[in-house]
Amino acid sequence: MTKLAEWLLGLTLLGGVWVTLTFNLLGLALPRACWEVVWPLPVYLLVVFGCYSLATVGYRVATFNDCEDAARELQAQITEAKCDLKRRGLRF
Amino acid sequence: MSVVSRRDKIRKDEGGQDKYSVLLPTYNERENLPLIVWLLVKYFGESGFNYEIIIIDDGSPDGTLEVAQQLQKIYGSDKILLRPREKKLGLGTAYIHGMQHASGNFIIIMDADLSHHPKFIPQFIGKQKEGNFDIVSGTRYIGNGGVYGWDLKRKLISRGANYLSQVLLRPGASDLTGSFRLYKKEVLQKLVTHCVSKGYVFQMEMIVRARQFKYTIGEVPISFVDRVYGESKLGGNEIVSFLKGLLTLFATT
Ligand SMILES: Nc1nc2c(ncn2[C@@H]2O[C@H](COP(=O)(O)OP(=O)(O)O)[C@@H](O)[C@H]2O)c(=O)[nH]1
Ligand SMILES: [Mg+2]
Repeated sequence: MTKLAEWLLGLTLLGGVWVTLTFNLLGLALPRACWEVVWPLPVYLLVVFGCYSLATVGYRVATFNDCEDAARELQAQITEAKCDLKRRGLRF
Repeated sequence: MSVVSRRDKIRKDEGGQDKYSVLLPTYNERENLPLIVWLLVKYFGESGFNYEIIIIDDGSPDGTLEVAQQLQKIYGSDKILLRPREKKLGLGTAYIHGMQHASGNFIIIMDADLSHHPKFIPQFIGKQKEGNFDIVSGTRYIGNGGVYGWDLKRKLISRGANYLSQVLLRPGASDLTGSFRLYKKEVLQKLVTHCVSKGYVFQMEMIVRARQFKYTIGEVPISFVDRVYGESKLGGNEIVSFLKGLLTLFATT
């Protein structure tokens, strides 16, 4: 099954449950309080997912390591390498 | 079992016969190539693993091939192999071309522009042995991994693209677009014949297909230092083609 198919399947299942409960298709007669929670759920979930995504990406951007040491080490090694290679007769 | 073959077997089990072929695709890397080769020789020399470096130059107008020939004279033609091609034919086919000449049972793929540091290779090898992984992938996104020389915008795009691909593809590896990896040779052979994308998406497809084939993936955090010399060849409408590739993989794998 492709990822797309997995997503469609998942969304269809959730959507089905939501439609059933919200429009009372099975005659389950949810208590009023429950129903009040259920019918706007898709919008809540979407907002929560959006916020979660923004927060995650934001946090990861903020904590993305800056490898200053690695850059310094590389610079030093470049100098060393050039000297050594020149000594071995490389014409740059 | 004869004594000789038993001894051979023991040696093999210890990994003493493992050989690592490093594929270095180059296009206009005249300044970087000697430095990356020097670093590779240094770290392989220190760690004592058996290796070879295969340089695949695509007719670079800056004379990369000429420098490569000098390097071959310095370090020997058993260590440095030149497999040039006439013209720029792209990275994916460069790997295939290089691999056909590889004598190692492991292949290491890295950029020649010094953004991938050879000091991590012994860690890759250690990781591979630790779990007998089919693939070991360098990652900028976890542990001590990171980048140097990126501004906020580039970090945001990189993290955003990575998050989106993680959500959509759940690939089981944290760095999808990185190209610093170690593969078992037969694994890479199988993967390249199944991968069709270009550019960044190619690296991503390799990992996604690897998951499809149930290959195991180990990860090693790496520091990615932006190239000092020369310029990046992937540019322009990178983001658009990345998104297209991502959605294609999403719909087809
Ligand atoms: N042989 C070959 N090498 C290439 C080609 N395009 C890029 N490269 C090399 O592939 C590596 C990665 O390329 P680079 O431009 O740094 O890509 P970026 O780091 O993703 O921006 C470098 O070592 C380049 O020299 C190509 O068409 N043929
Ligand atoms: Mg690069």
